Amino acid sequence: MQNNKNKKMPDQNGRFGIYGGRYVGETLMSALIELKQAYNKFLHSPDFKSEFNLLMKNYVGRPTPLFYAKRLSAQCNGAKIYLKREDLTHTGAHKINNTVGQILLAKQMGKSKIIAETGAGQHGVATAAAAALFNMECSIFMGIKDIKRQAPNVARIKLLGAKVIPVDSGSATLKDAMNEAIRYWTEAIEDTFYVIGSVAGPHPYPAMVRDFQKIIGTEAKEQILKQTKKLPDILVACVGGGSNAMGLFFPFINDSVEMTGVEAAGKGIETGKHAATLGHGTIGILHGSKSYILQDNNGQIKEAHSISAGLDYPGVGPEHSYFKDLNRIQYVSIKDKEALNAFKILSETEGIIPALESSHALAYAIKEAPKRSKEDIILVNLSGRGDKDLGIVLEQTNLDIS
Amino acid sequence: MNRIKEIFKKLKEKKEKALVAFVTAGDPNISQSLNIIKSMCKAGIDILELGIPFSEPTADGPVIQKASARALKQGINIKAVFKLTKNIREFTNIPIILFGYYNPIHLYGNKKFYIDAISAGADGLLVVDLPPEESDEMTNEWEGDKLALIRLIALTTPRDRIKKIANSASGFLYLVSKTGVTGSAGIDTSLSSDKFKIIRSITDLPVCVGFGISTPEHVSAVASFADGIVIGSAFEKTIEKNINNSELESIISKQTVEYKKATKNP
Repeated sequence: MQNNKNKKMPDQNGRFGIYGGRYVGETLMSALIELKQAYNKFLHSPDFKSEFNLLMKNYVGRPTPLFYAKRLSAQCNGAKIYLKREDLTHTGAHKINNTVGQILLAKQMGKSKIIAETGAGQHGVATAAAAALFNMECSIFMGIKDIKRQAPNVARIKLLGAKVIPVDSGSATLKDAMNEAIRYWTEAIEDTFYVIGSVAGPHPYPAMVRDFQKIIGTEAKEQILKQTKKLPDILVACVGGGSNAMGLFFPFINDSVEMTGVEAAGKGIETGKHAATLGHGTIGILHGSKSYILQDNNGQIKEAHSISAGLDYPGVGPEHSYFKDLNRIQYVSIKDKEALNAFKILSETEGIIPALESSHALAYAIKEAPKRSKEDIILVNLSGRGDKDLGIVLEQTNLDIS
Repeated sequence: MNRIKEIFKKLKEKKEKALVAFVTAGDPNISQSLNIIKSMCKAGIDILELGIPFSEPTADGPVIQKASARALKQGINIKAVFKLTKNIREFTNIPIILFGYYNPIHLYGNKKFYIDAISAGADGLLVVDLPPEESDEMTNEWEGDKLALIRLIALTTPRDRIKKIANSASGFLYLVSKTGVTGSAGIDTSLSSDKFKIIRSITDLPVCVGFGISTPEHVSAVASFADGIVIGSAFEKTIEKNINNSELESIISKQTVEYKKATKNP
């Protein structure tokens, strides 16, 4: 293992090695500089920290449990599988950790309006909830393809008092929602705070989102040590933009623990219909930072594909690219079908319906567990719950519910 | 690069301001694109900004987004943009500024891009999403200074940052007249006029103003202070509207003449 004393990552220009940075139009630069200054100021302020921690406890419902999946582990007949239950947070996914943090920051900065992009809708719901909590006007940009496949979350966003702005450009998914949110922000930077939902985007977002999400790994570390008296052997999390993975991994980065990020192989890497940016992408610039991306020979961004809207993104957070190159984190991919299978297995063995995103991480753990000794511990980030995915799953699996 | 200096000098003598026309390369197709540019040059544009199409044009409004998508459908890549530049060079000596997003350029290779841009006859480059903080990685690979690096200044850019931008720019500066994307309606001339004064107190580089300028009245209002006026979406809108109209070139030509008139005797 390399010596990763990355406490100071990113550097002051937002670089994780060669990745990251701020590749944006000049109009946004002043907003990013303002955000970085505000973030640096409040990150270290005791008042901000205590307000954030109180909200994590009483609003979000933290700490979330670390659950030993006994029946699943027995079925795999190998390593023990533990689940970090982010699906039990308020609004049903890890996204809320970050949106509460960012909107708290927005309030401190005197902004009155909130915008966000969303793919699966989890970040949209989490942003709308936090915006309601702080009495802020909120607009969520969402691709029309995602609006169709994540209808329950669209309804939730609206119930929480936010506006859903449909985006029909490009592939009408997450990347296009992000394009449109960036455009809108360029026009409205004066009074509007842009809540990015992943460890992607221009500096300081990748670092800021990681810092709000690392609570996942910090808790998990404490819990696994308490429950098993040792560190896990391997951490597993799904990677779209990569926020739940970075949140789990980061507090373990200097420990002797393997880490595996699971990307979406969609219909299969060989079909080209996948979202395995780290595994099969090349270095480029998308949405304000340098990272691995999916692009064609001319530098045009390719459409990603995944059954899970939250992983359906042709980019990834720059810090993941950095750790990939260092071989600190390994990245693998799981197909739509394997994820669907894992979705069913966890539902039946443990009575937990996982999000399709998290099902990718589970599918990898289920494949990996039998290859390992019974003493080994696989800790999986169960990043969200699967209620939102029931429509897709019923459509794809001929499940008889009559 | 020298063409840029010369044009501003010449215009100053004639008491005219520069009419800078933006079109997306290869929109709606290569041959029509060349003809449109030809008629714009004949009608009197002073500088041509040639857009390199990109799939994620986050600084552009719907009009240029669509133009970019039309060009990409025709298979326009950087190689094709250079070929078009060469063809344009055959009939005009006005400065040609390439205008694009960083990702395609980065993949093409910065060193190769510089060499090929020069040999195609381009005079400058503006990369929308490459602020001074990030642009060393590009310019460090340029072997020479024959390509001007045009930079953006926004209404939100503070004074000390204007200095930083001006110091690392060449050719001219592009003042974005509004906080928003290209083609947003209307322009508040007083805001850009105030910003222009600040820029002028910091640098002698010519300053062209763009975003939201669509009528000869806008042009003449901006011409009263700035060194040049950039028109993009208004031209692209005409192209979009008249895509199947055989009169397209003459319509563009008339539009250009109107704008150019408004840059004279400001």
